[in-house]
Amino acid sequence: MGSHSHSRRRWFLTSGIGVAGLVMGAVRSLRGQTAAPTAPPRDTLAYGQPSPFDNTIRKAPGQGTAITDTALMTPLQDLDGIITPSGLHFLMDHVKGIPDLDPKKHRLLLHGMVDRPLEFTLDELKRLPSVSRVYFLECNANSRPLHGPNGESVQLVHGRTSCSEWTGVLLSVLLKECGVKSGASWIVAEGDESNKYTMSIPLGKAMEDTLVAYAQNGEPVRPHQGYPLRLVVPGWEAIRAVKWLTRINVVDRPYMAWHESGNNADTRPDGKGLWYRFELGPKSVITRPSGGQRLPGHGFYEITGLAWTGRGAVRRVDVSTDGGRTYKEAELQQPVLRYAHTRFRYAWKWNGEETVLQSRCTDERGEVQPTILEAAKNLGVTPDYFYEADHFNGIQPWKVNPDGRIQNALF
Amino acid sequence: MDAFRTRCSRRRVRLRTASVARRDPPYVLLVAAFAILASVAAHAQGPTYQLGRVPSQEEIKARDTAISPEGKELPPGRGTAKEGATVYTQKCAACHGPNATGSALHRGLVPLGNAKPVKIPWSLVPYATTVWDFINRAMPQTRPGSLTPDEVYALTAYVLYRNDVITDTDVLDATSLPKIRMPNRDNFLPAQPEWNPKAKRPFGYYP
Ligand code: HEC
Repeated sequence: MGSHSHSRRRWFLTSGIGVAGLVMGAVRSLRGQTAAPTAPPRDTLAYGQPSPFDNTIRKAPGQGTAITDTALMTPLQDLDGIITPSGLHFLMDHVKGIPDLDPKKHRLLLHGMVDRPLEFTLDELKRLPSVSRVYFLECNANSRPLHGPNGESVQLVHGRTSCSEWTGVLLSVLLKECGVKSGASWIVAEGDESNKYTMSIPLGKAMEDTLVAYAQNGEPVRPHQGYPLRLVVPGWEAIRAVKWLTRINVVDRPYMAWHESGNNADTRPDGKGLWYRFELGPKSVITRPSGGQRLPGHGFYEITGLAWTGRGAVRRVDVSTDGGRTYKEAELQQPVLRYAHTRFRYAWKWNGEETVLQSRCTDERGEVQPTILEAAKNLGVTPDYFYEADHFNGIQPWKVNPDGRIQNALF
Repeated sequence: MDAFRTRCSRRRVRLRTASVARRDPPYVLLVAAFAILASVAAHAQGPTYQLGRVPSQEEIKARDTAISPEGKELPPGRGTAKEGATVYTQKCAACHGPNATGSALHRGLVPLGNAKPVKIPWSLVPYATTVWDFINRAMPQTRPGSLTPDEVYALTAYVLYRNDVITDTDVLDATSLPKIRMPNRDNFLPAQPEWNPKAKRPFGYYP
């Protein structure tokens, strides 16, 4: 594919015109008409573009996604370090079409059990003391085991997680400015979009480290990530990270709004359900070499991947090159940041024989990432339970075949 | 705030031991009283940055349309499933199917809010107010917020009737709606979790 169409495709994918726009563009050029000027929104030099040789893009998961959802997954296998470029941040929207919010008109209202309700413009928020913090986001449905060809890709199985440097105002600063009344125990956050996406969060977490972010990786938060304002709740399932944030109501109980109950409630094998499972468990995955790739021959390879945990910092990552019989400690990229992706690296020499590569994360509280069998035993279920469960954080084994092909060896 | 308090009390100590203090005891008392007052004032949270605008109660009310589980915020109005069936045909059937069982484009409303593999039967929605709130604020998807309260009560009744939660003649209003017991309300653990940053995750929260 030529460089021109490549960069145009990238623009379509990141600008939200998406598949429909692509198909239309293709039809138009097939008919040989002069294409309408599809100039990217900014000049390619004014806003730099990747090399035409590079084809690092997000991908939609094939199956198992509601038709109304817009889902694109981060190409973990193609990325290095710990920061996900904003244009490659995963998205999983339950909205049809994203809101087109004018930052001049957008307002954040804080009210409810406070001494002084307050409404902020974006400019006012930017005058307040700011912080920049590197936090991962992860969808609660990430890492669900998949059957078929999709299951062979680290991007399609584990790509519902990304990590950015978020800049904004700590929610605690705004809440203190309003003066939280005693008796308040939860906040209810609302997004300015057609579904009026609403989430309840305990006041303790809201006051501890929750961020009202206006910037992502140094530039304004991308439209699909909540432009102009997003709530970032570190370490917690990303469904709490309300996009297009417009209102925070301080209350004394959770609201059980549509998107935080019902379809997003969890069902347990004993017939009980769970409303809330905020924190994500310790997880790690080898991103290179990973499913669908092929090793060109025996010899030296660096094994690399990402680890993260909803409980704070990753303490250690162990790598096994013999299917979990023995583990050795991997090197962690420094500094290791709390609630951020942690890059690990491990030197490996492949002798050309069949083997299985896998990684295991231990977090700052000593919680260890389980194998799928251990996770199933914990819950008293068979492993196929996890095809439908959320918050699955089992160890991901990749099988290396003698011909160098890498395959998902979870089942 | 703690830092501020420490600073105040340190100043108090210094003043007490200063030579002025020894010469003029009443003045010392005054200063000490002032210092205590200052630290009390620091406890009552006052705005630090004086930014943002205080909105009027009417402005807040216009935006505060979400409904909590007790339904305190519900507006006056009423409706039954029978009435709701008519509105449903006009405003909802195109997307959710003639019998609310889904269309080629959208999922149905039976079982309501239960896209999980049905390990727990019936709707997983905890409160009837949740249904009212979502229909009121988000539906129909093409014109959210356009329904009257009567229409929302009637449509909620219709959806709950189709899910075998109520009968087609039950009248829903601000009093009766919050009293409905959704089938799985008590099947959830815990209803309102305590969140404590230091706590170990209880069994069942893992994975
Ligand atoms: C233009 C199509 C459209 C119309 C018309 C429409 N809906 Fe919906 N409805 C949707 C979509 C799409 C969703 C899923 C939204 C989501 O996942 O956040 C939905 C979700 C719902 C849900 C939640 C069910 C679930 O499982 O997610 C309810 C209840 C609902 N609609 C009721 C109604 C009612 C009542 C009307 C008529 C006033 C209506 N809808 C009209 C498209 C529509």
